[in-house]
Amino acid sequence: MKLEIKNLQKKFNNFTAVDNISFNIQEGETLGLLGPNGCGKTTTIGMLLGLIKPTNGEILINETNLDNLNREEVLSEVNFASPYVELPKKLTVRENLEVYARLYGIKNFKNKINEISKDLNLELFLDKKTGELSSGQKNRVSLAKSLINDPKILFLDEPTASLDPDIGDFVREYIEKYKSKNQMSILLASHNMKEVERLCDHVIMMRGGKIVDRGTCKSLIDKHGRNNLEDTFLKIARNKNELV
Amino acid sequence: MNWYKVYGLSLRHFYLIKSSFPRILDLLYWPSIQIFLWGFISKFFTLSSTYYSNTVGVILSAAILYDFLFRASISYNMMFLEEIWSRNFTNLFISPIKIKEIIAALTLTAVIRTLIGMVPASILAIPLFGVSIFKIGLPLIALLISLYIFGITLGLLVTSGLIRFGPSFENIAWASLFFLAPLGCIYYPIEILPNWLQIIAKILPLVHIFEEMRNILINEIISYSQILIAIAISFFLLCHGHYGFLHLIQWGKNKRNIN
Repeated sequence: MKLEIKNLQKKFNNFTAVDNISFNIQEGETLGLLGPNGCGKTTTIGMLLGLIKPTNGEILINETNLDNLNREEVLSEVNFASPYVELPKKLTVRENLEVYARLYGIKNFKNKINEISKDLNLELFLDKKTGELSSGQKNRVSLAKSLINDPKILFLDEPTASLDPDIGDFVREYIEKYKSKNQMSILLASHNMKEVERLCDHVIMMRGGKIVDRGTCKSLIDKHGRNNLEDTFLKIARNKNELV
Repeated sequence: MNWYKVYGLSLRHFYLIKSSFPRILDLLYWPSIQIFLWGFISKFFTLSSTYYSNTVGVILSAAILYDFLFRASISYNMMFLEEIWSRNFTNLFISPIKIKEIIAALTLTAVIRTLIGMVPASILAIPLFGVSIFKIGLPLIALLISLYIFGITLGLLVTSGLIRFGPSFENIAWASLFFLAPLGCIYYPIEILPNWLQIIAKILPLVHIFEEMRNILINEIISYSQILIAIAISFFLLCHGHYGFLHLIQWGKNKRNIN
């Protein structure tokens, strides 16, 4: 599934949160969405998920405008995970996964739940209440929910935030494996530059609602004469005058 | 309408109730407390009021019907509030479920939650106070349907308010039914109201429902036209509530209130 964003803009009264951004995500590609807090990343993801209505611009899926597509058909091919969006705490992990499997119209969900929970090491607490899990366990449950429908496009908002290095590495490795097996496209918003370097084919850098730079991690590091993506990020984020 | 998804969303609320003893208790004990309270008040009134002297249980029947409305509306609001409290809104709204399927799931779950509380309470009133709501007969079904539609309408209006104003609208959610109660003429005839308020009260289905209930219990006459008016008004208000809800969902998407 190919995603194309053309001149996307979102204004909240007089404030422009996202200002005429354009980018593509090819099938099987992982695109990193980087930028300081408040630069418009979450608003952009919100628009792509249909939670926020754009003021202007187009979102094309396989070259068809999102407005002309059936909302439910598109959403059944997409999913999202973020540590900032929770699943009902009083339900067990299994119950939450069952509810979302049904909402995504998955018929043979028991096998799917068993398969994902085995892959993400969730088996031991499938029958524990979600609210009783550690933040690392909750993150993995959120990831399991986001993969319940085998999405063609996955939106990840800081998927390893608050995870210890070991679990963080496990999650990154799992995402890599899952992606190569399922040919899904990923839009990854993250502040973990090592994670972005490892997972992303391309990155776009946002600041003040605009895209200020884009390219592969290596090309950006070379272009800005830095040693790693973190230093490159700092240079771009702090240089208020530089725009592509 | 995909009933598999509707069932999936309903399951989320059943699992929630099943997992929490206080939630089960809450469903059962409030209606029963209402029966006790209004049962004793009713007993006192029937002994002391000429208006009610020949009709034991009119007030208690009104209390049961009003509680049915209250439970239907509150159940609907509670389920929506649960999504806000659990910060599950984004997950719900990015799943491929239609708004009408969300409304259907909330509506079906609300009726089950309401019946869990009301059926035992109504049965309890028979041996305790010798009052049976079932004496109303078949028109009871029509009155309950009308009350339920109106309860869901109020639920839709309150959930619209929650989308528009955020969780701070929660207090209004709890109080929503009490605003209308004086105009509903639940425990007294409409003639008690000043003329100008009577005109407003007649716009609500409550007056027609409770007037008809008294008509059946006191005069033993069934006015089908009154029942039809109640259902028609409830349905008319439901259509407007539904439209308002859809409108505010779109408004929320413009203002970033949905995620």
